Amino acid sequence: MQLNSNKIIEACLLAGKIMLENGAETYRVEDTMQRMATSLGVKQSHCFAMPTGIIFSIDEMEQTKLVRVLERTIDLNKVAMVNNISRRMAQGEISVDEALLELKQIDESKPEYPVWLQLTSVSILSGWFLIMFQGKWADFVPAMISGGLGFAFLVYVHRFAKIKFFSEFLASFVIGFTAIWQVKLGIGTDLDKIIIGSVMPLVPGLHITNAVRDLMAGHLVAGLSKGAEAFLTAFAIGSGIAIVLSIY
Amino acid sequence: MLSQLAASFIAAFAFGIIFNVPKKTLFACGIAGAVGWLSYLFLIHFKMDLIIAAFISALLVAFISHLFTKMYKAPIIIFSVPGIIPLVPGGIAYDAMRHVVEQDYFTAIELAAKAFIISGAIAMGLVFSEVLNRMIMKIIR
Repeated sequence: MQLNSNKIIEACLLAGKIMLENGAETYRVEDTMQRMATSLGVKQSHCFAMPTGIIFSIDEMEQTKLVRVLERTIDLNKVAMVNNISRRMAQGEISVDEALLELKQIDESKPEYPVWLQLTSVSILSGWFLIMFQGKWADFVPAMISGGLGFAFLVYVHRFAKIKFFSEFLASFVIGFTAIWQVKLGIGTDLDKIIIGSVMPLVPGLHITNAVRDLMAGHLVAGLSKGAEAFLTAFAIGSGIAIVLSIY
Repeated sequence: MLSQLAASFIAAFAFGIIFNVPKKTLFACGIAGAVGWLSYLFLIHFKMDLIIAAFISALLVAFISHLFTKMYKAPIIIFSVPGIIPLVPGGIAYDAMRHVVEQDYFTAIELAAKAFIISGAIAMGLVFSEVLNRMIMKIIR
């Protein structure tokens, strides 16, 4: 029993950690972990998840474990896969050992789409956002260029700097800079529309909705800290653009 | 109108790629985005307030996402987040930023408050739809 319950805790915590690292709402993380524990025969378990860590304990045994979550990205495919595992566990299709093995595979797996595909889709996205905000078709390509360049900076600077605020700031600075120069060189026409279109992919939409959702579900600590993260991102983007605008 | 439809579909589809959603759900993400954006445009066209329009569109996006959740057996955020992204008031937030740079803080704060309330309305739409969904499921059972 002792060994088995260690495995239960390990599986639940790993599932929670993967979900939290990849952009699931906090209440879903807690819900999934508790469901997994229940399906493994645990009568009463307590789980406390925050954006920066998870505490998990089971009443039947004198053990509580904590994992820290330092790096958070968005990879909803992993969230879906963990969700799938917990559903199969609830139906009794897989055992703890199988689940643990699969969770470890998910944890180490690469993102669903390679970086070049994400870069292409960001630049396409920037162009179409420009159209949605009533921009002219002539500005489609300039928006693609600044949006793509900005995102490329976000990805590659983040690999060196490791501070999200800094890479987001630099990315939006690059977007503003390229947009202004394209307008000055006569490639683009409407500066505001180009900037809005290419900044939209960076907007922390997921964090804002997750934050409000957690707040309304009663997870006050998680909601507030997610909100702080979203605010910081928005602030980084805004100040990057603001500095470019005030220079020129 | 057709270009708006294409734009919102492609935007939500591309957002799905950025957020690494499973491949089989990409198409559904696009549909959620198109529905949200078209209903938003429709409501604004009939002189509806921006905040209420955002709320109703988010409600609609969340409703469709619930249907997709059942179909694909995947968490709801996969569909609802790419779906509501077009509604996020990026333009207003940008205008607010611009006025800060021009040191016109009065207008800036006004615009920022508006952007804040609209994003609140979107999030409320999402949550309300979930609560409604749970209530309906309970009544059916």
